[in-house]
Amino acid sequence: MKEKKLMMSSSFNVFGVGISFVVMCILCNSAIDSLPELSPQKYFSTLQPGKASLAYFCHSDSSGTTVFLEELNKAVKPLQDYGISVAKVNCVKEETSRYCGKEKDLMKAYLFRSNILLREFPTDALFDVNAIVAHVLFALLFNEVKYITTWEDLQNIDNALKGKANIVFSYVRAIGTPEHRAIMEAAFVYGNTYQFVLTTEIAVLESIGTEDIEYAHLYFFHCKAVLDLTQQCKRTLMAQSLTTLNIHQFIKTMEAPLLTEVAEDPQQVSTVHLQLGLPLVFLVSQQATHEADRRTAEWVAWRLLGKAGVLLLLRDSLEESIPQHANVAFKREEGRRVEYLVLHDIDSVISHVENNMHVEQIQHEDDDLEEPDMDMQDDEVEETVYRDRKRQLPLELIVELTEETFNTTVMTSDSIVLFYAGWQAVSMAFMQSYIDVAIKLKGMSSMLLTRINCADWSYVCIKQNVTEFPVIKMYKDGKNPVYYAGMLGTKDLLKFIYLNRISCPVIIPSVQEAEEYLSGELYKDLLSYSSVSVLGLFSPTMTTEKEYFTEAGSYLKGCVIIAIYSEEDVLILSNRYAVSLPALLLVRHKEGKIEAVPLANTHTQDIVQIITDASLETFPEITVETLPTYLRLQKPLLILFSDGSISIQYRKAVLMLIKEKHLDSFTPCWLNLQNTPVGKEILQSYFDVLPPLPLLVLVDLHSGGHVFAFPADQAVTEQNLLLWLKKLEAGLESHIKLWRGKRFQDILVRSSAQRCQDGIMVASATWCLEGSRT
Amino acid sequence: MGLSARAPRWGAPGLLLAIALHPALCTPASASLPPARRDYCVLGAGPAGLQMAYFLQRARRDYAVFERAARPGSFFTRFPRHRKLISINKRYTGKANAEFNLRHDWNSLLSHDPGLLFRHYSGAYFPDASDMVRYLGDFADRLGLHVLYNTTVEHITLDKDRQAWNGHYFILTDHKGQVYQCSVLFVATGLSLPNQVDFPGSEYVEGYESVSVDPKDFVGQNVLILGRGNSAFETAENILGVTNFVHMLSRSRVRLSWATHYVGDLRAINNGLLDTYQLKSLDGLLESDLTDLAIVKDRQGKFHVTLKLFLEETNQSADAIPLPQDDNDNFAMRVAYDRVIRCLGWNFNFSIFNKSLRLSSGGEFSKKYPLVRPSYESKGSRGLFVLGTASHSVDYRKSAGGFIHGFRYTARAVHRLLEWRHHGVAWPSTECPITQLTASIIRRVNEASGLYQMFGVLADIVLLKENATAFEYLEEFPMQMLAQLETVTGRQARHGLFVINMEYGRNFSGPDKDVFFYDRSVGHTEDAWQSNFLHPVIYYYRHLPTEQEVRFRPADWPLPRPTAIHHIVEDFLTDWTAPLGHILPLRRFLENCLDTDLRSFYAESCFFFALTRQKLPPFCQHGYLRTQGLVGTERLRQHRVASGLLRTSPAAGRRPGEGRRQPGHPKPTRHFLTPGPPGQPHDSNKEEL
Repeated sequence: MKEKKLMMSSSFNVFGVGISFVVMCILCNSAIDSLPELSPQKYFSTLQPGKASLAYFCHSDSSGTTVFLEELNKAVKPLQDYGISVAKVNCVKEETSRYCGKEKDLMKAYLFRSNILLREFPTDALFDVNAIVAHVLFALLFNEVKYITTWEDLQNIDNALKGKANIVFSYVRAIGTPEHRAIMEAAFVYGNTYQFVLTTEIAVLESIGTEDIEYAHLYFFHCKAVLDLTQQCKRTLMAQSLTTLNIHQFIKTMEAPLLTEVAEDPQQVSTVHLQLGLPLVFLVSQQATHEADRRTAEWVAWRLLGKAGVLLLLRDSLEESIPQHANVAFKREEGRRVEYLVLHDIDSVISHVENNMHVEQIQHEDDDLEEPDMDMQDDEVEETVYRDRKRQLPLELIVELTEETFNTTVMTSDSIVLFYAGWQAVSMAFMQSYIDVAIKLKGMSSMLLTRINCADWSYVCIKQNVTEFPVIKMYKDGKNPVYYAGMLGTKDLLKFIYLNRISCPVIIPSVQEAEEYLSGELYKDLLSYSSVSVLGLFSPTMTTEKEYFTEAGSYLKGCVIIAIYSEEDVLILSNRYAVSLPALLLVRHKEGKIEAVPLANTHTQDIVQIITDASLETFPEITVETLPTYLRLQKPLLILFSDGSISIQYRKAVLMLIKEKHLDSFTPCWLNLQNTPVGKEILQSYFDVLPPLPLLVLVDLHSGGHVFAFPADQAVTEQNLLLWLKKLEAGLESHIKLWRGKRFQDILVRSSAQRCQDGIMVASATWCLEGSRT
Repeated sequence: MGLSARAPRWGAPGLLLAIALHPALCTPASASLPPARRDYCVLGAGPAGLQMAYFLQRARRDYAVFERAARPGSFFTRFPRHRKLISINKRYTGKANAEFNLRHDWNSLLSHDPGLLFRHYSGAYFPDASDMVRYLGDFADRLGLHVLYNTTVEHITLDKDRQAWNGHYFILTDHKGQVYQCSVLFVATGLSLPNQVDFPGSEYVEGYESVSVDPKDFVGQNVLILGRGNSAFETAENILGVTNFVHMLSRSRVRLSWATHYVGDLRAINNGLLDTYQLKSLDGLLESDLTDLAIVKDRQGKFHVTLKLFLEETNQSADAIPLPQDDNDNFAMRVAYDRVIRCLGWNFNFSIFNKSLRLSSGGEFSKKYPLVRPSYESKGSRGLFVLGTASHSVDYRKSAGGFIHGFRYTARAVHRLLEWRHHGVAWPSTECPITQLTASIIRRVNEASGLYQMFGVLADIVLLKENATAFEYLEEFPMQMLAQLETVTGRQARHGLFVINMEYGRNFSGPDKDVFFYDRSVGHTEDAWQSNFLHPVIYYYRHLPTEQEVRFRPADWPLPRPTAIHHIVEDFLTDWTAPLGHILPLRRFLENCLDTDLRSFYAESCFFFALTRQKLPPFCQHGYLRTQGLVGTERLRQHRVASGLLRTSPAAGRRPGEGRRQPGHPKPTRHFLTPGPPGQPHDSNKEEL
C-alpha cells in the first residue's frame, strides 16, 4: 500500500495534460471498490468527459463467467487508482445496446474515454487482474509506451532521442503478465519524462546482447547525454525483478546524479540512495590525485548504477579524520556506522558492494518472486507449522504416553497412538488434524486417542518398529496393532475409527440380520463412511475360502464394511441373489444396487482387489482425497471442470458414453472448483488463462502429459463428445504439452539455487569439494 | 588416565619370570584336562569384558569371560587410589530421552535393562569407585553373564587349524592348567602395569599404586610428584592442604581437558594445584625430561634433584654429587624433597601373550597400548580383538575410546562386525524412503550417544538405494573402516553414501589453545563451517572411498575428501531441531547432493502436481499417491496462503541471473576449505575479526 501512495504522489508532478482527471477521480470514486452493476442506459449516462471507463457487457443469465467477474472485481480498486472506473453492464431484454452482442456466451469488455470507444477486449485476454490493468493502461498510454517488434524499431527510437530523452526499454514474455502490468504502471507515472519502449520479441532482446531471455528485462538507455549520433547510448540493466516498486526505485536511481563530490563527514551524508535502501560508496580522494580519482569514481559509478550511490570524498577538506589507509568508505544504510575499508581495485569495490547489497535485499524485499534465498523456507509444511508455532494447541484432549505408561495403556484400552517427533513439521501439522478428530470424538467413542513423542521416548518408538514420522497405529483387544495407511487428515482418520467399531468382517448370525445388513439398516450410521457394503456367503464347510475372505477383511480393516454369513441356511441367500457359493454380495447403498460375485478359487489378494475396485465410482467427483485411488487405474483422466455441481445434461451425456463402453480407456470424472479450489490453479497451469466453465479436459499423464480441451463452442452432447474422442484418437486435436524434457528439474531450482560451480558450492555452511579449485 | 584400566598386576612378574614358569605349570596339567572349547573368549571381567559379554549373551553366542579376581571390576577395588571417579554421573538432564541421557552418563554399560543404569548406584556427580565395583557385579549377575571367576589366564598361544574361523585357535591356559580353545579372543585386560621410568635414584620414588593416601603422612613435607596426568593431580589434591608445597615434574606441559576436549587430560575437578601455583606461586609445575634426571638422597634422608649427566661425570660420594644449583643458584628444584611420588600412568601387560600372537605395542605415541586396526582387531593375529582401555591406541588423545563412556560403543561395533563375519547377520540397519532422510539424521544427531561420545571414531552411515529413492541407516560404524564397509557389514553401498560425524572446530582444541576467546562460537548458518563446539558434520560420497583414499586423506581430516560436506551449526543447547537454523540448511544440502526435492507438501499441492507434472516430489509419491497424503487443517491452509509459497513452478518467478550467480561473487572463497596447513584458514579469519 505504501508504494502505491508513493506512486500517486509522483503522478501529480509528472502528469499534467493527458490524464489530468486522475486527481478528481481519486477524490470522487475512492469509496467505491466493488463492481457496480448497471443497465446499458444507466452506464452510458455515468460516463464523464475525459474520464476512462472499462465496462463488461453481459447477459444476466449467462454462465461460465464467474471467474472473469472475480478477476474484474479485483481490478476495480487498482484501476480506480488510475482514475478509470469499472462496471458490469447487464444487457436486459428491454434495453439492448450494440455492445451487448448477439451470441450469448461471447461477451466482451469495452474501454471508453468520455463516451468514445477506445478499444474492445475479448474476455480471455483479460485473464486475471494483472492482465486487466496491463491491457487497460496499455490502451490508454498508447503514445507513452511504444510497442516494437524489430531491432530496427528500437534503433530508430534510440537515434531519434539521442541528446533529447532517456529510454526505458523492456521485454516481457507476454502482454498481460504481472511484469507487463508493472511496466505500464511505471509508464503511467514516468511516461512524460522518459520514452517507454516495450517488446515481446526475444529477437530484439537478443540483439542488444542479453543472454538469459527467459524472464522479463528492463533497461535504462542513457540517450539524453549522447550528443554524438554515432555514439551508443549507455545501457543499465535493472537487476531486480520487475515489480512496480522496483521499477520506481530503479528509475529514481537513474535520475540521481551519477557522482557526487562531498567534503563532509560520510556519517552525515545522505542521498536518495539511502532512502531507497541502497548503500553509499565513498571513494576517498586527495587534492593531488583528484582528477584520476574522479575518473575512477565515474567508472565505478557506472558499474554500480542502480545498485549503490557513489560519492567522491575529499580527504583534504575534511574536518573529521578518517582512518589513515582507508580508501573506501561504505555506508550500508541510514543510521548505520560507516565502514572504512582498504580495497585495492575497482573489482573489489564492486564486489564488496554487491555482496553487502545482497544481504540488504533479503531484508528489504519480501516479494516471494525474489531470488530464492538460503534462509527462506520453501517447504510449505515447515513454513505453516512454523507460522502457527505460537498458538497453544489443546493437546490435553489427547493422552500423552511415556515409556512407563505406553504398555499398560495399549494393553488395557482400545487406543489410537500417534508416534511423532515434536520437532518434525509433518508430525505437528498432522497433530492439528488429530486434535480435530479428538474434538469430534469427544465423549462419543470408547477409542482412546493417545500420542507419544519419539523425540523423548525414542526407545519405545524403536521397539514399536517406528522408524518414520508420523505413524498411527490402532491397538485393539490386545491384538497386534493395525497400521493406519489412510490420508493424514481428520476425515479419513475419523472414518477409520468409526469403521473399526465393528469387526472386519462382522459375523452375521441369521438370514434376517443378513437382509438387514444388505438393506443398510444394520449399520445405518456407518454407511456414509463406506461406499459399499460387502457380504461374504460361504457354506459352513468352506474353511479355506472363509480364511481367505477373513484375511481380506482384516486387510481392508477400517476402509469398508465387510460381513460374513456362513450358517447352514446360507443357501437361502445364495438362491435369492442367484449366485453359487462361495460368493460375495456388493451393496451400493447410494444406488440401491446389489451385485453378486462368485468367489470360487479366489485368493485373499484377489478378494481385496474385487472389493477395492467395487468401491470406485463410474463417474466420481475428483477431490484431493480421492484422486490417488483413481490415478492407480493408470488411464487418462477425462475431467469435467465445473464451478459448482454439474448439470444433468452433462452427467447424462457422460454416463451414456460410459454405459456404451466408449470411455473404457479413460477415467471419466468431474471436479467441483468449490470443493476443490486448487482445480483453478490447475486450469491456469494448463491454459495460462482461466477458461470459461464448465470445461471438459482430457489429461493424459502417462504418455507425455498432454492436455486436450473439449472445444468451448460445441455443446456437450454424446455425439459431440464421441466425435471429439475419435479425433483425439486419430491425433487430429491439438494439445497442450505439460512438460518438456526436464520440467521436473524446475521444481528443484528453488531449493538448489546454490549448486556446485567452479568446484564451490555457494551454499552457506556447505561447500562442494569437487573440481579444480583447492 | 587409569580410571577404566583394570586387572592389576602389581609387583607383576617380569616377562622373563612368566615365561620361565609356564612350562612347569602347563605341561603336566594340559595332559590331564581336555581343552574346553568356546567360540568367543573374553579376557577380563572389567567394564569392557562385561560389555562384550552382554552383546554375546544377547546374540546367544557361545562365550566365556575369564576373570582372575572373585568379582568383576577388580581394578576399581583399588583404583583410583583416592576413590573418586572423574567420570560424570549426570542424573538430571531435563530430558526424558534415555539415549540422549547416555551422553552425560559416563559410567553405565549398555543394556536393555533401565535398572542397570549407573544413576541407580550412586547419587554423586563424581561417584565413588566402590559403587562402580558394586555396579559391575550387579551387571554381571543380573544379566547372568557367563564369567569364570578366580581364573587366571597365564599363557596364550596360537594353534593353527584350517577348520578354525580364523585359521587358528587361541589356546588359553589358566593357573590350574586348564586349557581353553577359542575361535575369537577378546582382550579386555585394561592397562595394568604402572609406567616406570628408569633413572638414577628411581629406587627412592614411591609409586601411585602404593603410596599412602592418608594426608597425615604428608604433614609439613616437601613433595615432588612425577607426572602431570589426572592421577598426579589427584594425588596432589589429597595432600595440598598439609604439605609445605607440592612440585610437579613432567616431560611436557600440562594438558587441560577443557582445552584439548579429551577427557583423559587434566580435568577441572583435579586442578586445585594450578590454582595455588598461578595465584601465589606456592605449589608448582615444571617441565623436564624425566630420563635426564637423577635423585640423590642426602644424609638426612632428603631427596635432591640433579641431572644424570652430573652423576656420570663424577664418581663421588653422595654429599659431593654436583647439583644444578652449584652453578645456577636460582635453580627451581634446589630445595630438598621429603618424598618423591611417581604418577606416570599405566601400560598394557603383554607378558601372557606368546610371540606367535604377534601382539605388539602401538606406535610412537601409544607405546603403552597394543597395536590394533580401526576395527579393534590385532594387526598380528586375525580373530584377536582388543577392547576397553587397552584399545585406546585407535583414538588416543582424540576421543573417548579408552573410557567406559566410549568403549561401551566400540565393543558393540566389534560385536556387530563379528556377527556378520561369523554368523551372516548383517550390520543392523533401518530402511526408509528418502523423504525421511532429513528427519532420520536430525533424530540421530539430537539423541545418539555413541556418535556424541565417540566423535571422530564412530559415525552413522546412510547408504543410498538406487536413484536415491530410499536409504539404509547404519548406526555407529567405525569410520576408519569405511573403505571396507561392504565386506565388513554385509550392506551395499553402490549408490553413494552420507557419513554423519560429530566434530569440534578444526583448530579449536589443543593444550595451548585459548578456548574462551571472543567469538568462539557462531550462530549463523552461513558460518556453520566455523563451528567450534561439538557439532554434526555430514560427508557425502558418490562412491565408497577406497582404502588408499582413507589412508592418504588430508592431514587432520577424519575422512577422505568428500564430494560435498555440510556442517550443522553448533548449538549452545546441542539441540539441532531449529526449523530454519538447522533443518532447512541440512535439507538443502541433501537435496543438492541427491538432486531431488526433499520438501514436504500438503495433499492439495500433491494433487496439483499429480495433474500438472510428469514426476512428483518424493514426498507426494511416497505419501499422497499411496493415499497417505497430509491433508492439513483449514488454519494451516490459511497460513499457507499467507506465506505466499507458490505451487506453480518457481521458474515463473525467477529472473535473470538467478541460480547462476555472477561470476566473481567473492563470497564463497573464504568458505572454501583447504586441507592446507592446519590453523591457516582459522587464524587468518580470527585476525580479520
